[in-house]
Amino acid sequence: MNRINKLFQEKKNILSIYYTAGYPNLGDTVAIAEELERSGADLLEIGFPYSDPVADGPVIQASSKAALDAGMTLKLLFEQLKDLRKTVSIPVLLMGYVNPLLQYGVANFCKSCAEVGVDGCIVPDLPMAEYEELYANDFKQYDLTNIFLVTPQTAPERIQKIDSLSNGFIYLLSSSATTGQNLQVSEGTEAYFSRIAALKLKNPTMIGFGISSKETFDKACQYANGAIIGSAFVKNLKSDDVSGSVKDFMKTFKP
Amino acid sequence: MNYFVNEKGYFGDFGGAYIPEMLYPNVEELRTKYLEIIADEGFQKEFHQLLKDYVGRPSPLYLAKRLSQKYGANIFLKREDLNHTGAHKINNTIGQILVAERLGKKRIIAETGAGQHGVATATVCALRGLECVVYMGEIDIQRQAPNVARMKMLGAKVVSATSGSKTLKDATNEAMRDWINNPIDTHYIIGSVVGPHPYPDMVATFQSIISEETKKQLIEQTVNDQPDYVLACVGGGSNAMGMFYHFINDEKVKLIAIEAAGKGVDSGHSAATTALGKEGVLHGSRSILMQTEDGQVIEPYSISAGLDYPGVGPQHAHLFKTLRAQYVSVTDDEALQAGLLLTQLEGIIPAIESAHALAYLEKMKFTGNENVVICLSGRGDKDMDTYMKYFGL
Repeated sequence: MNRINKLFQEKKNILSIYYTAGYPNLGDTVAIAEELERSGADLLEIGFPYSDPVADGPVIQASSKAALDAGMTLKLLFEQLKDLRKTVSIPVLLMGYVNPLLQYGVANFCKSCAEVGVDGCIVPDLPMAEYEELYANDFKQYDLTNIFLVTPQTAPERIQKIDSLSNGFIYLLSSSATTGQNLQVSEGTEAYFSRIAALKLKNPTMIGFGISSKETFDKACQYANGAIIGSAFVKNLKSDDVSGSVKDFMKTFKP
Repeated sequence: MNYFVNEKGYFGDFGGAYIPEMLYPNVEELRTKYLEIIADEGFQKEFHQLLKDYVGRPSPLYLAKRLSQKYGANIFLKREDLNHTGAHKINNTIGQILVAERLGKKRIIAETGAGQHGVATATVCALRGLECVVYMGEIDIQRQAPNVARMKMLGAKVVSATSGSKTLKDATNEAMRDWINNPIDTHYIIGSVVGPHPYPDMVATFQSIISEETKKQLIEQTVNDQPDYVLACVGGGSNAMGMFYHFINDEKVKLIAIEAAGKGVDSGHSAATTALGKEGVLHGSRSILMQTEDGQVIEPYSISAGLDYPGVGPQHAHLFKTLRAQYVSVTDDEALQAGLLLTQLEGIIPAIESAHALAYLEKMKFTGNENVVICLSGRGDKDMDTYMKYFGL
């Protein structure tokens, strides 16, 4: 069984942290993963940066730009992750946009993920139909999970279809928004989460976008198997004290 | 060979809708409804009425006699520069505002580089009384102050895109982010034949009025509607696609698309996408774009803000790959000289974008009887600063 399925079988209230590879310093990628595992994170999403991140708000745009300016590439990221599994045991996903992945080659990307022990990826602008038709076999061959997004506007039939193509978890966006805004749980949001619960999906769900505090995290966990924190974490990273700033941030979630 | 969109939203290998899930409902709504909306008789009537009475169509097809004499061919200029707001952009914004109304949208967003598409969008929003927000790169806002003022006077809110390189590409990213954050009541009027399906096909359909009229005008003025060459400049490629559209299936007509080489194709300061680019995904469609080996988008350069885009529309990528159209480029200097030449031979000051198409005439060989149609996509008023600096006027 892969690390992701095992995690969801064993744990509730899963805390997943997103950060950008190569930020705040080019060489921080693995050190942050190690510190996050020590501080109690259950799952990691490492972003590979892209020049035109349309689904992201200002914080992740800035971290992506800084990482690219420092020289981050997919090739370098896989080099950095070469010994990942010597020190990090929690599941790791890569997250990024489709164009860098296409240039690296999708089959090649899957192979590199498998070699370094990455468990899957999230590619928001890779359409479901193209994934199914062109790339699903590559993912299967290397036992990689592809995570799909669902928003409050996603139609029920489409959610069912996403569920059938998924084999890890489904990423529920708290609202239709770019990253880095605050989750406001309104009646509408609750109705949306309840609607998802009523679909009795075969995959577990994680809530992301707008989760920034212990309070919003706990609230999200009432409706899903866990939640994902991105911008709030990235904003807190200090380039001169990476390990300390990770620890401080995580204290509020795992005291 | 099918040069047009297929049922999956692709032109050959190019196109599709590479968008995050947050945009899926908006784009899907448009995809499932646009053909029916456009085909509707009431829509067609209103669209053509506005093109005639408001835009001033049909735009003339003008046989430029002195220019023809200089190059030894019959050179016809399709005068899109005479449209209301000064360029071909308005053909598309008229079409899309009517689509937006029929989708029940209350708010319009757009991206703009030089400001021509922004002005054309702000214009139709004023005409129909809809809220309008235009995203424009911070650097372009400084470079194009008169167009910013026009948009504001028309009632649009101009939002500065401060991310990335602060130009057209980033204004497009910001408009897409706005659409993600406003998924219900907003329509995004994309200004070129780029973006996720159905935009490239929809924008080309609205711009196809250019070649539809040209064919009729050629029959009136020459012996047939088959010119030897059709030329147009390409940034994202909307005027070129409109100019090519009704000639694409007539393989006797040679189509030539002129890209901006900037300071030279190999100078590192260029926007010659098909020469420098590779296949990939930008702004929601698979096409050809300028990018690094790692798949990061490279910022293009051209003296002409309308051609300063790192990609081309997917239909252009398809015409390029199948060799149906020839893709060439001219430099800043060549374009500016061609702009001056047209001004002095014909009394027409062209937009620097359009001057790129004119500049290619220098590189062509004619035997004397060829009929050549060039899309004069816009007028040069907006470029007077650049012309003044360059020629020391």
